[in-house]
Amino acid sequence: MLKIGPYEFSSRLLLGTGKYPNFDIQKEAIEVSESEILTFAVRRMNIFDANQPNFLEKLDLEKYKLLPNTAGASTAEEAVRIAKLSRASGLCDMIKVEVIGCQKTLLPDPIETLKATEELLKEGFIVLTYTSDDVLLAKRLGELGCHAIMPGASPIGSGQGIINPLNLSFIIEQSDVPVIIDAGVGTPSDAAIAMELGADAVLLNTAVSGAKDPVKMAKAMKLAIEAGRLGYEAGRIPIKRYASASSPMEGMSIG
Amino acid sequence: MELLINNDKIKIPDEIGNVSVLLEHFQLDKHIVIVEVNGVILDKTNHRDTRLSDGDKIEIVHFVGGG
Repeated sequence: MLKIGPYEFSSRLLLGTGKYPNFDIQKEAIEVSESEILTFAVRRMNIFDANQPNFLEKLDLEKYKLLPNTAGASTAEEAVRIAKLSRASGLCDMIKVEVIGCQKTLLPDPIETLKATEELLKEGFIVLTYTSDDVLLAKRLGELGCHAIMPGASPIGSGQGIINPLNLSFIIEQSDVPVIIDAGVGTPSDAAIAMELGADAVLLNTAVSGAKDPVKMAKAMKLAIEAGRLGYEAGRIPIKRYASASSPMEGMSIG
Repeated sequence: MELLINNDKIKIPDEIGNVSVLLEHFQLDKHIVIVEVNGVILDKTNHRDTRLSDGDKIEIVHFVGGG
């Protein structure tokens, strides 16, 4: 089970809800993924278009935990405000802290991220913080009492996969709270590798929503995450320099 | 009266006295929306008690797809 704060989940896949071709594909992809945690953003509403469709209203909200993000914030203060707005909906008390420091790389601002996390913990939120793969920053977030640490595998939406497995493994090893690999995952094998490293879960969006067949990719990601987790729990063999025969050497009917 | 809603100046009938009625006016009351008035974020239960006056700065936000 994945435990985040007071909540428990069977699925280790957290799914973003951005950029799907349409709501029907999105709904089906979410169902097939078996994800129990959905992320989304907070934005101004077009008040002159009351009938604009909203994906949340198409979902059975009883089935999912909602994880709004603070995307759009570039300071701790903005992130805290977005978090408070999302909680005022009465639908959620979890927040994904995302404080972007650079619009080109979408890498998080470490100082503002730390400040926002601290403030939101004080305000009683269940805080999941998106961070870089900086090992010491992840440590500081853990010390603050963050409910989950979410280091990026590579830049958001880049699909570059896991570019620093060593740092991620250090973060996983030192952490007392769940580590969720967030951002940059492109393929099911990327997700499986994240889980094999010992991550507690994977959060992804574009890899599914931007796939040629998002529903099929949602299933592939679910299976990859399950496979990676099982592999991690099973414990891999050590890597050897030379071959090691699988068949016995005794009793050969040759020579 | 004139309100600043989501950074746009918008004229509304004076009889719209509180946030609840404002949402009904724009037919937003059935949707998941969150309202902030002059920097104060409102719980849904406070919509009817929050009175509006000319020049108020209002943010109306909702949830959209995101990662």
